[in-house]
Amino acid sequence: MKVAIVNYGMGNLASVRRALEDIGAQPYIADHPAALYEANRIVLPGVGAFAQGMQCLIDGGWVDALRDVVTRQHKPLLGICLGMQMLASAGDEGGTARGLGFVPGQIRRLDALGCHLRLPHVGWNEVVYRTTDEFFNQIPDASDFYFVHSYALVPEQAEHVLATTPYDCDLASVVRHGNIFGCQFHPEKSSKAGRQLLRNFLSYVPC
Amino acid sequence: MLKARIIPTLLWKNFGLVKGVGFDSWRRVGPVLPAIKVYNSRDVDELILVDILASQEGREPDHDSIRDFSEECSVPLSVGGGVASLEHIVRLLHAGADKIAINSAAYADPALVGAAAARFGSQCVVVSVDARRCDDGRYRCFSHCATVDAERDPVEWARELAGRGAGEILLTSIDRDGTMRGYDLELVENVARAVDLPVIASGGAGNYQHIVEVIKNAGASAAACASIFHFTEQTPAGAKAAMREAGIAVRRNFVAPPPT
Repeated sequence: MKVAIVNYGMGNLASVRRALEDIGAQPYIADHPAALYEANRIVLPGVGAFAQGMQCLIDGGWVDALRDVVTRQHKPLLGICLGMQMLASAGDEGGTARGLGFVPGQIRRLDALGCHLRLPHVGWNEVVYRTTDEFFNQIPDASDFYFVHSYALVPEQAEHVLATTPYDCDLASVVRHGNIFGCQFHPEKSSKAGRQLLRNFLSYVPC
Repeated sequence: MLKARIIPTLLWKNFGLVKGVGFDSWRRVGPVLPAIKVYNSRDVDELILVDILASQEGREPDHDSIRDFSEECSVPLSVGGGVASLEHIVRLLHAGADKIAINSAAYADPALVGAAAARFGSQCVVVSVDARRCDDGRYRCFSHCATVDAERDPVEWARELAGRGAGEILLTSIDRDGTMRGYDLELVENVARAVDLPVIASGGAGNYQHIVEVIKNAGASAAACASIFHFTEQTPAGAKAAMREAGIAVRRNFVAPPPT
């Protein structure tokens, strides 16, 4: 199973690659959009601010290529943290910017969603299922995953939310729109539960 | 609910891990990679790795070694030591660090904190603050591995860092470092009260009760620990059991259900 890790100049690619190798996949770092076409799965990782991330995707020519392989070829895509947020229509961290638009919705700072706790939201928190999904196979409901973020994706359509996480507000921690998955937490840093989630992503077969 | 974290701190000097007392009298405690593997298998919540010579030697952390370490680390890894520019941060993130701890450079160039937050997001910018109580009874920050008086009050400094976009504050009591006499609860509480950021308390953990106190009574979001795990039989799992007993929410270890 060949998994392309999108290298758009931000984020920790090494730990994503290592986690995928651990579970028997053949990950590779995609340094150029053309490299997406040989992949069976695509991971869009991310550490950083939304506007800067989108600018890197645009400058690198990734936007059209991602749209092509994900919406036309239906390759499964997993967005992690900032990578999930960039699936949205628009965000306003570090200046307002358009997103990829794969999951209709907006990015909001957690305090604008009613959260009065310390920000960033850093640490291990529960992922509570809103629905059953093959993405959660073998992982008990309300397992802890590792979060580190101040912004969250607010999908327009409730059915795109697979799981939420309580942090004074219920933030969308897992979203799915067809073959497009996103998780706000870092599965590559979430020890065994994270490894299992990545396994489930590899096992998913798009219809 | 967000869980209180246990974060072993790995201090790295030349080729191995060390642990000192009051930022001095370093003892060797073994090589880095096996320690990372052991902590991974014990389900710690995060790791902090600090190259303690980097700032004094005026260099950035060795990113080739960081790459090897991060590949073995299945929980978040914060890296510090000599981080002084955005270029250093880029290289460390590419080498696999999840968060960067800035310490000495922030005093000389406070704008670095804001520039790093704008470029990489606040979530990966940890600012490490080392403070001690001085003879006049007041707390003061020190840089360069506690050798240089930074002439800052930790509470004021923490507020400024929060305003500049820091994501977390790693607050170390120089007085308690390595003593295993308990965290400096007053220092931690003062800073945790002053800012809305998560504060990682460091310096002094010697038993599980110390960890419970600093989380429950002083408002720390996480407890950094070193000597307690290097030099005693106490373990991260034991610490979490004690925390759970005291009513603190901690991460449950993932157990895959048996195959059906």
